[in-house]
Amino acid sequence: MSVTNGEGIIIYRDVHKWYGDFHVLRGITFTLQKGEVVVICGPSGSGKSTCIRTINRLEEHQRGQIIVDGMELTNDLRNIEAIRREVGMVFQQFNLFPHLTAVQNVTLGPIWVLKMKKSKAQQIALELLERVGIPEQADKHPGQLSGGQQQRVAIARALAMSPKIMLFDEPTSALDPEMIKEVLDVMKELARSGMTMIVVTHEMGFAREVADRIIFFDYGQLVEENTPEEFFHNPVHERTKLFLSQILE
Amino acid sequence: MNDNQQKTYMTKEQLPPPSERIPLLRWLRQNLFSSWLNTILTVMATAVIVTVVFGLLKWALGARWEVIPANLKLLLVGTYPLQYVWRVWAAVYLISLLLGLSSGSRGGLMRRISITVGLVSVVFAILPFPWVTRTWIIGIAVSGAVGFGLGYLGKGRRWCRRVEISLWILSFPIILVFLNGVGGFLPVIEGRTTWGFMLNLIGAIVGIGLSFPIGVLLALGRRSKLPAVRIVCTGYIEIIRGVPLISLLFMASIMLQLLLPASVRPDLVIRAMITITAFSAAYMAENVRGGLQAIPRGQYEAAYAIGLNGTLTTTLIILPQALRLVIPAIVGQFISLFMDTTLFGFIAILELLNITRSIMGNLEWRGTIFELYVFIGVVFWIVCYSMSFISRRIEKTVGVGER
Repeated sequence: MSVTNGEGIIIYRDVHKWYGDFHVLRGITFTLQKGEVVVICGPSGSGKSTCIRTINRLEEHQRGQIIVDGMELTNDLRNIEAIRREVGMVFQQFNLFPHLTAVQNVTLGPIWVLKMKKSKAQQIALELLERVGIPEQADKHPGQLSGGQQQRVAIARALAMSPKIMLFDEPTSALDPEMIKEVLDVMKELARSGMTMIVVTHEMGFAREVADRIIFFDYGQLVEENTPEEFFHNPVHERTKLFLSQILE
Repeated sequence: MNDNQQKTYMTKEQLPPPSERIPLLRWLRQNLFSSWLNTILTVMATAVIVTVVFGLLKWALGARWEVIPANLKLLLVGTYPLQYVWRVWAAVYLISLLLGLSSGSRGGLMRRISITVGLVSVVFAILPFPWVTRTWIIGIAVSGAVGFGLGYLGKGRRWCRRVEISLWILSFPIILVFLNGVGGFLPVIEGRTTWGFMLNLIGAIVGIGLSFPIGVLLALGRRSKLPAVRIVCTGYIEIIRGVPLISLLFMASIMLQLLLPASVRPDLVIRAMITITAFSAAYMAENVRGGLQAIPRGQYEAAYAIGLNGTLTTTLIILPQALRLVIPAIVGQFISLFMDTTLFGFIAILELLNITRSIMGNLEWRGTIFELYVFIGVVFWIVCYSMSFISRRIEKTVGVGER
């Protein structure tokens, strides 16, 4: 179960994935250190979302090796569940549970997966909602909240499991412009607190400010990997230059 | 000046919209007599309505309604022996007590239901029934009130809620055993096939209570990743849905008679109940599957992402949402199941419809077909309407529109 430790909290080695005939991931290799914040960007359809969804097995990879916190992802269900407990995820469409209130959304995981006492879970949930800035919305249903508020509840829900790694799959893409900032602020605070994060996003301002590294994807391949400084000022590949010229306009 | 304008503007804004009321005469002219053709249609329609209403009234006033009170016991509980009818009352009291208990500890919808039950029983007690019957009826209101008191005292306590729920779940088997009798303890009552309307009710409640969970399991099974489970569930659903209920009932009554020796063959009534449960479960499964289909993939992904396993995801996230979506369809299914219990009549079970036929065959009550059928219609309508009323209230309280 335990594979090499100490060389990275997430390790990708030559990971491939196909949807039928379509080769989505074409040999992805990278390593993420504990506490690192990595932004993945690239044109749509380049496989960046698919890539981070393989980390908690929402998508299966067909070749190569993925090691998360010393555990290799295989078809072993217990292994998958163990990894999911350590990896929190925030989705583009929030995916809150509409039949539960905000605080119930947050306590669900701790109560049922971590077997935490209800009162304890409640207390943690309220603290987390406070941390993401919406303690007053605790008893509302998702349908009564704005997009930005929903996404912050979703972040709190993921944090409630005390994950070691947080994945963000285009967390601001479905938001109205005036709500993007409130979500990004929460994410920045989280990054500064030392959380290991992988963020798929088009928010280049966020990438520049927070990321330790930026990874650029195209056609299912990892084209370029660099510090924000280098990435924005001295992109190596033609494809990266083109992408940056389009997105920074 | 500017300020002033602003003010008038504001007040105008605050005025309610102009009333849409039209004087009666103008309404008549606009809607009923706007042209020659319309006028003719109005006159003709009025004539038809008046004739029908008068005909009905004339019949209703001259009808022999006494057939109903005279046979009321037969219609409602069939040939259940008179000296044991107290058991039926006791069953009713238990339900009334539980309703009262729930209404005392919860309020809301439960309170409204139990208040309605109490009021209706008071009204019935005023009607000119024999004194014994009146006393029995008043007992419903009394037991409801006792339950309410108990529920009110235990309100908000966790054990109270647990007791309440387990009592509800246990109440039905208790009632069934109680009505039927247990050897050595309560005399067993023979002739279960002739219990009148009570059979319709029991059949419907057993059918609903069992076909719902079975239907949910079948629906989940049909979407299972395991091919064996999926094939068995799909096959079951498609086979049952392809056969009319009446032929299934005939199979249960006649074929089993031929195939199984009497010693291992369950009683006819039980066979009928198993059949209607099995039948209804297939339809229930498809209703539930419709709800499951409507839940977006993101809900599964979010549940998996916080570490829930498949079972927990289904029970905590998917089913609660899916079932909410299909409440109207499920209640429709319950209502039609209840009405389908009249088909028991075709396999020689004397439920309400069939027992009515035997009353019609009685010389004394010759020609009372309409009176009896009107009675059946009213009884069924009351039960079905109550179900759909409750379902609408449940839809509201669980907030279907809250998405």
